[in-house]
Amino acid sequence: MKKLLALTLGMVMALTAAGASFAGETEADVVIPSDMKVGFIFLHDENSTYDLNFINAAKEAAAELGMSEDQIVLKTNVPEGQECYDTAADLADGGCSVVFADSFGHEDYMIQAAQEFPEVEFCHATGTKAHTEGIENYHNAFASIYEGRYLAGVAAGLKLNEMIANGEFSEDEAKVGYVGAFTYAEVISGYTSFFLGVRSQCPSATMEVTFTGSWYDETAEKEGANKLISDGCKLISQHADSMGAPTACEDAGIPDVSYNGSTIDACPNTFIISSRINWTPYFKYAIQKAAAGEPIEADWTGTIATGSVELSELNENVAAEGTKEKLEEVMAALEDGSLHVFDTSTFTVNGEELSSYLADVDTDEAYEKDTDVIADGYFHESEYRSAPYFDITDGFDGIELLDTNFG
Amino acid sequence: MNDAAKSKMKARIHIVKRAAMPWYQAAGIRALALFLAVIVCGIVTYVLTGDNPASVFKTIFEGSFGSERRFWVMLQNLSMLLCVSLAMAPAFRMRFWNIGGEGQVLVGCLATAACMINLGGKIPNGFLIFMSLMAAVSAGAFWAFIPAACKANWNTNETLFTLMMNYVATQLTAYYIIIWESPKGSGKVGIIQQKSQAGWLPQIGQYKYLLPVLVVFILTIIVYIYMRYSKQGYELAVVGESEKTARYVGISVPRVIVRSMILSGAICGLCGFLLVAGTDHTITTTLAGGRGFTAVMVAWMAKFNPIGMIFTAFLLVFLNKGAGEIATSFGLNQSFSDILSGIIIFFLIGCEFFISYRIVRQRGEGQNV
Repeated sequence: MKKLLALTLGMVMALTAAGASFAGETEADVVIPSDMKVGFIFLHDENSTYDLNFINAAKEAAAELGMSEDQIVLKTNVPEGQECYDTAADLADGGCSVVFADSFGHEDYMIQAAQEFPEVEFCHATGTKAHTEGIENYHNAFASIYEGRYLAGVAAGLKLNEMIANGEFSEDEAKVGYVGAFTYAEVISGYTSFFLGVRSQCPSATMEVTFTGSWYDETAEKEGANKLISDGCKLISQHADSMGAPTACEDAGIPDVSYNGSTIDACPNTFIISSRINWTPYFKYAIQKAAAGEPIEADWTGTIATGSVELSELNENVAAEGTKEKLEEVMAALEDGSLHVFDTSTFTVNGEELSSYLADVDTDEAYEKDTDVIADGYFHESEYRSAPYFDITDGFDGIELLDTNFG
Repeated sequence: MNDAAKSKMKARIHIVKRAAMPWYQAAGIRALALFLAVIVCGIVTYVLTGDNPASVFKTIFEGSFGSERRFWVMLQNLSMLLCVSLAMAPAFRMRFWNIGGEGQVLVGCLATAACMINLGGKIPNGFLIFMSLMAAVSAGAFWAFIPAACKANWNTNETLFTLMMNYVATQLTAYYIIIWESPKGSGKVGIIQQKSQAGWLPQIGQYKYLLPVLVVFILTIIVYIYMRYSKQGYELAVVGESEKTARYVGISVPRVIVRSMILSGAICGLCGFLLVAGTDHTITTTLAGGRGFTAVMVAWMAKFNPIGMIFTAFLLVFLNKGAGEIATSFGLNQSFSDILSGIIIFFLIGCEFFISYRIVRQRGEGQNV
C-alpha cells in the first residue's frame, strides 16, 4: 500500500525565503520594547476560519518577536460599524502603538480612528483606500495570493492530465469547477489565476464558476460544488471558506483544491493541495517598523518570498506524479520574475490579447476605471495597491460564469 | 376513589398568588436574586476556568467603566437599546406582540441612509437632517402600520406578521446595499459622506454620543408620561386587560391598535435615524444588531415601565460590554460571557415568580404520609 507522503512545501518556501531580502533592513535589529502594546481587531472569533488565520498569525508574530502575552490585545467579534471605531480608539487609549483590523468593512472606521490618533499606526488587511487617503499612519496590506492559487492550479492541471492519460475522459472534457463567494475583484483575481495555472499544464481546460453570495455558507457551497459536478466538472476548487465544497467532492470522488488550509483530514481521497495567506510576516513587519519609529508602507503586498503566500502539504495519494517537482520549478520562476501569473500572452478576452486595461484601483462610488495596469506583457496585480483589482469577467475566454453575485 | 387515596394525591406544595408586595420587599427579592446569581457565576467561573471570580467581575465592570470612552460607548449602547424598548412598551401594554422592532429600526436606518446618500451636499445640512429624521420616522411607522392594520381589520397574527416584516426589511436593505456598495462586489457601503459629513448629526462639544443619549433620555420621560398620565395611555392598558371591557366602555380597539403601533414603529424609526446619522454613518443588514429582540426582554423585565427599562437595559448592556472585556482579558471565548449573562438573567427573571407568587407548604394529613 502506498503510504501517505505529506511534505510541507511551506517549509521549502520558508527555507528559500530565509536568505531572501525580505524585511532585511529591520529583521533582528529591532528589539521590541517590553512596554509596547499592539491591538488586533477581528470580525469574528476563532470559530471562523478566516479570523482564526489572523488570530494564529497575531500570536505567532508576537511569539517570534519575543513579545509577552500581555503585549498583544485581541478584540474579537467586532462588527463593521461604529463599534470598530470605538474598539480601535479604546485600544489606542489603552496604550497600543499599532492597531490591526482584519475585515474589509472595518476600513472606514480605521481611517476615522487614524485621523484622531496620529501617533498610533493603524494597519488594515484587505482594504483599498490607504494609497489615496494620504494619511501617514493608515496602511493597507494584502498578499499576492494569486501566485498561490496559480501554483494550486498547476497541481490541478497536472491532475487533469493524469486523468486524461488514464482514459477517464477526453481532452475536450477537461472542465474544472470553481465555487466563488461574491463577484468581487478578490474572487475574480483568485479564480482566474487558478484557471491560468490549470491551463499552463492542461491547455484544453475550461472552467465554470458559480457564486454563493456569502464568504461562509456551508450549504450553498456544497450545493454549488454538486451543481458543478453534475455539469461535468472533473475537478473543483473554491474561494469560500467552509468545508461545503471539499466534502461534496469527497462524496462524489472528485479531486479538490481547497483554500485557507488543508482539508486532508476530512477528504483524504480527493484533497490535492490548498493555498492561504500567512499574515505573520506582515504583523512582524509592521510591529518592527513601528518599534523602530520608521514609516510603514501605505500598501504592503506579501509574496512567496516574504512567506505570506503559502501552500499546504501536498496529498501525494491524490496528486499526479511529479507534481512536487513541477511546483518547485514554477515557484522558482515566479520568484525570479521570469514567470508572471497574468501574462497577457496566456489568455484572451473576446478572442483578443489585451494590450492595455484600465482597472478601478482608486476606490470611488462610481467604480471609475482609473489606472492602466498592463505593461511589459503582463497584468500588474497588487502593485498599484495591495488589494487585488483584477476584475475581468466579461468575455474572458475559457471561463464561463454560471451566475453572478454582487452582494 | 376513597378519601384516603384522595388525600394522598393532594399536593403538598401549593403555589399561591400574592397580593401586591411593597416595593421595598420586591426590590429586596431582586437584590437577593442578583446576589445569588453573582455567587453562582463565581462558582461556575472558578470550576470551568480556574480564574479568580473576583478579577472576572472586576473585568466585567471595566468593560463599561474602565475609561471615559467606554463609559460613553456604554451610554450610547444603553440609549439605543432603551429607545427600541420604549417603542415596544405601548404595543406590549395592549398585548400586541410586536417582535418586529428589528425590521422597524432597519427601515429607519435605510431611509436615513437613502437621504444622506442621495441628498447629501445637494440641500442645506440642517434641512437634510430634518428630511432624514422625517423619512426614518415615517418608514418605521409605515413598517409597523402594515401588520397593525391587518390585525385591526382581519385579526391576523401579529407575532408572525411583525416577524416576517423583519426579513422583508433585511432583504430590502441588502438590495440597496448592492446599489450603494463601494467598491463594486464588496457588499459594503462604508461610511456615508465621510469627507463632507453631510447629514451627520452635530456633535455637542467634545462628546460624540451626547446628543443621541439626550434625545433618548427626553423620549423616556415623554413615553413615561404618555403611558402613565394620558388618556391614550390609559386606553392601551384597558385594551391590554380586556378587549371586551374596552369595547364596552366605547374604546375603538382597531383604532388603538393602529395608533399605538404607528407610535411604536415611529420610535423604532427614530432609533434607526440616531444609529445612521448619529453614530455609525453606514448601512448594513445587521445594523439593528438584534436590539429589536433584546428590547422585548428589556421591556418585559421592567414590566413596561419606562423608568424601570433604564435599569434593565443598563443591565443587559453592562453584561454585554463586560462579556467583550472578559473575552479580551482572559482569552476566554465570548461564549463564556454569554453563559454568565445567561445565569444572571435566569435568576432575575426567575425571581419575578417569587414576587408574584408564594409557595405554601400543605399541612395536615399530607404531612403524615
